[in-house]
Formats: sequence, C-alpha cells, structure tokens
Amino acid sequence: MNTPAPIYLDNNATTKVDPAAVEAMLPFFSEHFGNPSSIHAFGAKVGAAVKNARQQMQALLGAEHDSEIIFTSCGTESDSTAILSALRAQPERNTVVTTAVEHPAILNLCDWLEKEGYVVHKLKVDKKGRLDMDEYRALLGGNVALVSAMWANNETGTIFPVETMAETAAARGIMFHTDAVQAVGKVPMNLKETKIDMLSLSGHKLHAPKGIGVLYLRRGCRFRPLLRGGHQERGRRAGTENAPSIVALGKAAELALAHLDHENTQIRRLRDKLEQGILSRVPHAFVTGNTASRLPNTSNIAFEYVEGEAILLLLNKQGIAASSGSACTSGSLEPSHVMRAMGIPYTAAHGTIRFSLSRDTTEEEIDRVIAAVPPIIARLRALSPYWGENGPTENPGQAFAPAYA
Amino acid sequence: MWEYSEKVREHFFNPRNSGPLVEANGVGDVGSIQCGDALRLMLKVDPDTGIIEEARFQTFGCGSAIASSSALTEIVKGMTLEQALAVTNQDIANYLDGLPPEKMHCSVMGREALHAAIANYRGERWRDEHEEGALVCKCFAVDAVLIEDVVRANNLDTIEEVTFYTKAGGGCAACHEGIEEILAKVKAERPGPGEVSPPIRPIAPRPAAPRLTLVQRIKKIEEVLESIRPMLIRDNGDVELIEVQGRNVYVNLKGSCAGCMMEASTLGGIQQKLVEALGELVQVLPVSYMPTAQA
Repeated sequence: MNTPAPIYLDNNATTKVDPAAVEAMLPFFSEHFGNPSSIHAFGAKVGAAVKNARQQMQALLGAEHDSEIIFTSCGTESDSTAILSALRAQPERNTVVTTAVEHPAILNLCDWLEKEGYVVHKLKVDKKGRLDMDEYRALLGGNVALVSAMWANNETGTIFPVETMAETAAARGIMFHTDAVQAVGKVPMNLKETKIDMLSLSGHKLHAPKGIGVLYLRRGCRFRPLLRGGHQERGRRAGTENAPSIVALGKAAELALAHLDHENTQIRRLRDKLEQGILSRVPHAFVTGNTASRLPNTSNIAFEYVEGEAILLLLNKQGIAASSGSACTSGSLEPSHVMRAMGIPYTAAHGTIRFSLSRDTTEEEIDRVIAAVPPIIARLRALSPYWGENGPTENPGQAFAPAYA
Repeated sequence: MWEYSEKVREHFFNPRNSGPLVEANGVGDVGSIQCGDALRLMLKVDPDTGIIEEARFQTFGCGSAIASSSALTEIVKGMTLEQALAVTNQDIANYLDGLPPEKMHCSVMGREALHAAIANYRGERWRDEHEEGALVCKCFAVDAVLIEDVVRANNLDTIEEVTFYTKAGGGCAACHEGIEEILAKVKAERPGPGEVSPPIRPIAPRPAAPRLTLVQRIKKIEEVLESIRPMLIRDNGDVELIEVQGRNVYVNLKGSCAGCMMEASTLGGIQQKLVEALGELVQVLPVSYMPTAQA
C-alpha cells in the first residue's frame, strides 16, 4: 500500500520556508559572507541586502520608517525585549497589563516579573475568547508601564482589537505592545496609522527560516536594549546580524504582502470548507474561539469525549499533521491555558484539534482531511467509557464512577 | 511528538480486548475526564479457581493510555487474582518496551484500575491516596506534589537533598529552578523567623589550654617533631628544634628537606600539628629567620 502524500495543517506551529526565500538567502552563506559592519566591499554588499530586507518588512507592516524595524533572533526575544524595555525605561511604573491567553513567551515572562515584585494584570476572556473592554479600561491606571496583548491567538486564531486597545492606552500615556507572531502576513497592517508602539513577529511563521524575528519599535518610543554590545541595529540589538536569515525574511515579507488577498479569500474558503465538512459529519464537536473575528487560516475544533493526542496519532498515521491543546501533547497534566481561560468544559478541552492552513494547502488535501477525521473520532469514541451506542452516556459523570478522581 | 516504542504504537493502533464486557464480575474505574485520562477495566473472574478468564477495557486518553490498557488486559488474562495483584506498573511499561517518563502515569493508572477491579470483585472498597501534580523533573518523572511532600516531611533545605530523597533534579538539572521554588515555598511555611534560614551553629569555644612553662612547651614540641620525624627520614630529611621565642618556633630542616621546594608546606604541616598539641597559636619558621643575637 502506498503511503499517501503528507498533508501539513500545522502552519501556526511553523511553516515551510518559501523556495524563493531559500534562494534569496543562499548567496549570503557563501559569496556574500561579509560582516555588514565592515567598510570593505564584502561588508557593503551585505549591508545593502539587510537594508533592503528592512524595507520589505517595513512595507508588510506599514511602518513609517525602515529604522523602526529591529531584527532579533525570534518572536520570544522580541517579546522579552519589549516588555523589559518598557519597565526599565519607566522605573516609576511597576505594572503590566496583559491577557490570560497570551503565548508562553509573554505569560512565563510575566510570571517571573511578578516574582521580581512587579504587578501583572491578566485580562480574562469570555467563552468565545473575547476580552472585556470595560475591564481593560478600568485597569489602565497610572502605574501601568505597558499593555501587551496578542494580535491573534495561536490556538484559536481569535483576533483582539489591538488597534483600538492601543488608542485607549495611548490616550492615557501608556505604551502598547502586541505579540503579532500569528497575525503578520495574515492580517493587513498599517502600523503608521495606529498607536501601537511595539510589535513582535517571528520569521518561521511566515515562510522564512527559524531563528529570525523582528521587533517593530515606533520612532520616539522610549527604549532600553535587552542585548548590549556592538552598534548593530543602531545599538538597540547588539550582535552580528544574521544576514542570510534577514535576507530570507525580507523576501518572505514581500511574498506575504503579495499573498495577503489570497490568504483572506482562498485560504479562508478552504478553512471554512474544512470546518463545515467536519462539523456536518461529526456530532458533539464545535469550533472554539471567536468565529466573527478570526485568522483566515486557523480552525480549532473541540471533539467531545475523545483525547487530542490519540486523534493526532491516528491522523499522523494517515499523513495528516495538526496539533492539539490536550494535556497529553504538552507533557503537563492540564489542558491548554487558552481552552481553560475560555471555560471550555473538560469533556471537550482535552479533545481540541487545531488545523492551520497556509498558501500551500490545496483543495484536494482539505477533501482528504474531511474524509479522514470522522472515522477517527468514531473509533476513539467506541473505546471511550464516556460514549455509549449512539452518543455520550446519559450522565458521563455518574456512569463512570472512579474510586478516586 | 513523543518517542513511543513500536510496541506502544502497535497496541494503540490495534488495541486488544477493547469494549464493554457484559459478563464482567469485577469492574475498576480510575481517572476522570477532567484529568484527561480515564480507564475502566472489566474482569470476568472464575469464582471457583480465582482465575481471570476475560479482561476488557474502555479508555478515554492519549496513545499511551490506550496502549497501557490494552497491554494490561493481555498481561492479566489467565492469571489468578493473587498473580494479578503482583503486577506492577513497571511490568506494564516493560510489556510495552518502556514508556516516556511523562507517560509513566498511564501505566500507574493501569495498575490502579486492576486493583480497583479486583477489590470490586471481592466486594471491597478500594481507595487510593495517589495525587498527581505538575511534572517537575522530566528525567525521573517526579511531580511537584511528591517533591513538596518529601521536602515538608524531611525538612529538606537544598536541591541536593531533594535529589537524594526523590531523584528529582539528578539528571539534566533543567528543573532546579522549579525545585528551588518548592523549597522556598515550604521554607516560608515553617514557623518562626529564626528558622527561615538554617540556624548558624555557634562554634563551641575550645577549652582554654592550661598555660605551659617554657620547658613543658619545648618538651611537647619535641614530642611532635619526634612523631613526624620518621616521615621526614623516609624522604632522606630531618628536622631539629633550634629555639623557641614566644610564638615563634625556629627549626632547622636538614638533609633533603633543606631547600626542598616543599619546604614551606613541610613547615606548615609541622605548625599545624604544634598548634593542635600546644593548644596555642605558634609560628614555625626556618632557623634563617631567627633574629641574630643582638650585638
């Protein structure tokens, strides 16, 4: 039996580097290996390529100046730089406002800041993953150094109204940072028209290599570097530039801009088809997050009474790659903090599966996944003590009576 | 993705003995949907022989939970209840050629379901005080609840002690920050401000040595030199006491000891022994340091 061609629907985890980006970066390993800081021709060529990449990224973000683009090593570095900078530049302020559903790059840093004596407020979300703007406004007191809210959630794709939130913060003289790692390249952006002060992005989420990221820093926003040393990135991020990856990221940004319409039409259509195809065939399943405002490529479906890792293993056997918010895939004993924050019941939280598409996804692949999922869920439900002949047991809590829980 | 053995994958993809067992006379339920895994083990025991004739399972859980359940039913089928009670979670893991550390709890759950099912067959109530916390040490699969309990019960203060008691932190050391946090948390609960940090034990003052006369001191010094002389002679050297002036003891290192690059440490060693024997601080110096007789 021929193994079917693999289908990659885990693009929120990472993406394939676009061949054009690979092609663009390769000469910078060999021919153009110079240090962009050098005065000679070897360096000058690289310096010019880095500048070009900066402008390509400026165009994708709609930044006013190309010097507002700081290349970093990853999204996490950009996040850490932004938050620690805001606190160090404003020592008289000790509070950070963020949300309960941020990426660990933000949440774990904030937990550590709390141990160091800072005050952190995490905005709650409702069952569709939406913020309460009244709660938000009430938290913006004089001690707040920074608001950090993600543009789009990595698990559900839910989009936060960061542009509005930045306006509110700016009106009270509070800096605003957004982790836009999932949003860049999927949502149109025009940062020069917003009050967003800082924005993080990661190359490998938009078909550039791993190990390259960007911190957008609005001109005039007070800043303290994380890495001090050489004068690279105008002294705001020391360390010799990762020239090949910067060049590739520039190319990827150009391609992302060119595909933005495709992302919001074609990819959205395929995502909706996948979602409807599965939900119409699988009972006791529902979409998590805010379907009214969501990334076009992301679908997170909760399958009740089955466990996510088991689903992934069976999908993987058919060559289909997705991911899960289940506890068992992470090594922790709790299901994803995003699902818990939204109050998704435990009967479903362990069975959430995220499908994330890209511009490489084809109609034929979506058809295959729609056909593959229902029998997998049925098979696992047949194994489950919570599932009877035709559906969940009458009262799963009572039908299954463990000696301890 | 987890590194599952072939055997785990095989039992997950083709589980044995799954589904309800209508004639079951012993049923054990463990876990819950909140925890993310739940296992119902159903046994059909022959009341005359006490042999498990049939075993089936229903499991809600990840790949290794399903594989562990499947393995468990295969292991216990045909066993007597006594034999079955001797099955450990390690037996289940071994049957599957091992489980990743994060997944060992799946095998524990299997053993618990087995005990619960046998208790149910015998009409007993089965209780388990087993509690699980967040996994701290991934190398040895030790969770926070266990570490905290052990730290509290044994008054542990250091990571090293935690490692001795629980193995946690004994591998890659990546969890040391987490262990430190648990230590700090438990320490903060201990009563009394003085006991937050380990008390500094005052060093007992040495009993004051009775004052010796000069002759007594010289005798003692000679005794000490006598005791170390054999070592020096073995190295073709010797030592001779020349003069004692207050705290200063002047000696002449002879033979190979004289001018040896180890001279300083030889003198230091002699000094250490003299300090112990005399109960007072003295300084051992080569004779060349002796002030010349005043003119």
